[in-house]
Amino acid sequence: MDLQALTFLFVGITFAIYIGIAFWAKATTTSEFYVAGGGIHPIANGMATAADWMSAASFISMAGLIAFYGYGGSVFLMGWTGGYVLLAMLLAPYLRKHGSFTVPEFISDRYYSKAARVVAVICLIIASVTYVIGQMKGIGVAFSRFLEVDYETGLVTGMVIVAFYAVMGGMKGITYTQIAQYVIMIIAYTIPAVFISFMLTGNPIPQLGLGSEMADGTYLLDKLDQVVAGLGFSEYTTQARLSSTNMFVYTLSLMIGTAGLPHVIMRFFTVSSVKAARESAGWALVFIALLYTTAPAVAAMARLNLMTTIDQPTQAQNLAYVDRPSWFKNWEKTGLLKFKDKNGDGLIQYTGNKSNTPKTTKVDGKDIVLLPNEMVKVDRDIMVLANPEIAGLPNWVIAIVAAGGLAAALSTAAGLLLAIASSISHDLLKGVWKPNISEKEELNYSRLSMIGAILVAGYYGFNPPDFAAGTVALAFGLAASSIFPALMMGIFSKKMNKEGAIAGMLSGIGITLLYVFQHKGIMFVKSTSFLGDMDPNWFLGIEPNAFGAIGACVNFAVAFFVMSRTKKVPQGVEKMVENIRIPAAN
Amino acid sequence: MNNDYWKANISLIVKCLAVWFVVSYMFGIVLVDVLNTIRLGGYKLGFWFAQQGSIYTFVILVFYYAKSMNKIDEEFNVHEK
Repeated sequence: MDLQALTFLFVGITFAIYIGIAFWAKATTTSEFYVAGGGIHPIANGMATAADWMSAASFISMAGLIAFYGYGGSVFLMGWTGGYVLLAMLLAPYLRKHGSFTVPEFISDRYYSKAARVVAVICLIIASVTYVIGQMKGIGVAFSRFLEVDYETGLVTGMVIVAFYAVMGGMKGITYTQIAQYVIMIIAYTIPAVFISFMLTGNPIPQLGLGSEMADGTYLLDKLDQVVAGLGFSEYTTQARLSSTNMFVYTLSLMIGTAGLPHVIMRFFTVSSVKAARESAGWALVFIALLYTTAPAVAAMARLNLMTTIDQPTQAQNLAYVDRPSWFKNWEKTGLLKFKDKNGDGLIQYTGNKSNTPKTTKVDGKDIVLLPNEMVKVDRDIMVLANPEIAGLPNWVIAIVAAGGLAAALSTAAGLLLAIASSISHDLLKGVWKPNISEKEELNYSRLSMIGAILVAGYYGFNPPDFAAGTVALAFGLAASSIFPALMMGIFSKKMNKEGAIAGMLSGIGITLLYVFQHKGIMFVKSTSFLGDMDPNWFLGIEPNAFGAIGACVNFAVAFFVMSRTKKVPQGVEKMVENIRIPAAN
Repeated sequence: MNNDYWKANISLIVKCLAVWFVVSYMFGIVLVDVLNTIRLGGYKLGFWFAQQGSIYTFVILVFYYAKSMNKIDEEFNVHEK
């Protein structure tokens, strides 16, 4: 069968599974719709959390980023896993004990304030909507590239599938679908990695292959360092991302942001006990780590394969443009890979020399001449998708990768949509505007808001704002600077009052938005950035994407300052905090 | 009694987060150049901590915390029945 038919077959099978689950796991109560009835097994919940967490960005983009940032890409690996340590120890068990359906509901109970609840809902919606736009775009792109339908058709197909199982089953349907999606994702990610690791090093386990010797007796990473340095790129295993300070703060921001993202926290409301919540965080991390420890191997091996396919030790041996392999031609068509024959020799030069004239650099004490780089565009996002083709793997492997990419985008989109829908129906409608509606009415409203959320996300999918890439920074920044500190203080401080919490959340978001906007433009309109997007203007050399940790510090500081100047918490709050800290208390 | 339980929990969290901090921020970022002079097979040690070792440690930490808390819960008789 050809690639096209195989891809349709695999994607079709996975979609049939998702729809089957939708019929089987229909939600009939609000508890099932919001928290899947609260009886999900910790391992099952861990798997669903992993699928929920790992988006198209983790699946498609992350290894590509690492392939080009080398050591500097470690911030994503540590940042997006280390957050689960914070979640497991600082938030999940206590929030499960409290037993609310949503994150703003906990904030409203703990800070005895509807205003705090509304502020939390606003933070949650901004963070989730910006995040879901990226997923919708990922769904459209994945469809259009793999199934060769147009972007719009792909997007609508994706929306209908998500609508089907998310509206019918709520959290219950989403959870069981995510378990299936995790299995598809991890198979799709590891199969090509195992093949390539075995081909390059003889060791089929990618995590070990990355540290192994190649056929010629040199270690793979040493070989990669030599190859990239010899072509004038930074050495793979030591190239830092800007500065140590920046890497430090960036990693911290991603960790705190991970622990504060509502669609992840919500997953821990679905297990049966405090004990199960702690354990489930561990399982989630195991399932995430499977992919995250494979990613560095995929990254390094893809980079090595790409380099050695194109640019050889001597110029005369370089790949001739007319002999380029079929994957090269396919990706050229998408515009994500571009070649320009600057010196007219018909051979492809892929070097770190960005100018138009040859230049001389020293490598290992020897002078070498670097010809101008002729691979004028190599989009990072193609690395994971093109990797199996570059390594010459069979078509069915490529088809599985397509199904995996779609599973990653769909599972995260569904989790985010539920977070948005439940905060509208449960927090705004039931919690603030219409406290007296019956459970059945609330269930109908939550289905309606789910449909509304899908339509809004779909609208942005059709009209992707130019700022789609920058918004992920905003989502993490908001989660880190507003939601995480408010939750943590609510659990670990008995004295934190509503004035402190609200002031903290507002100032945390405020300063993070200000920093991102002043460098990236107001609402990401470039011309309105008043301080310029360049490092001399950055505070301590910290890039805007990494500012969430600073925002969180401001949040904590302002909250404690305001608390010391305002009324003490009313009676009963201390008792409530004690209650959430003790598993058996009621 | 409940106070002692909470103190036991906090001291366990502090211990775990100390390890969390050391493997990622210290070994993976601040001390990376020093550790890179040591090798673990084909890996430079600092690089290994940043891209592999810290993640394995995180997994162990979360399970260690869950297991230890179960014990502490029983000890103070506050476990769920």
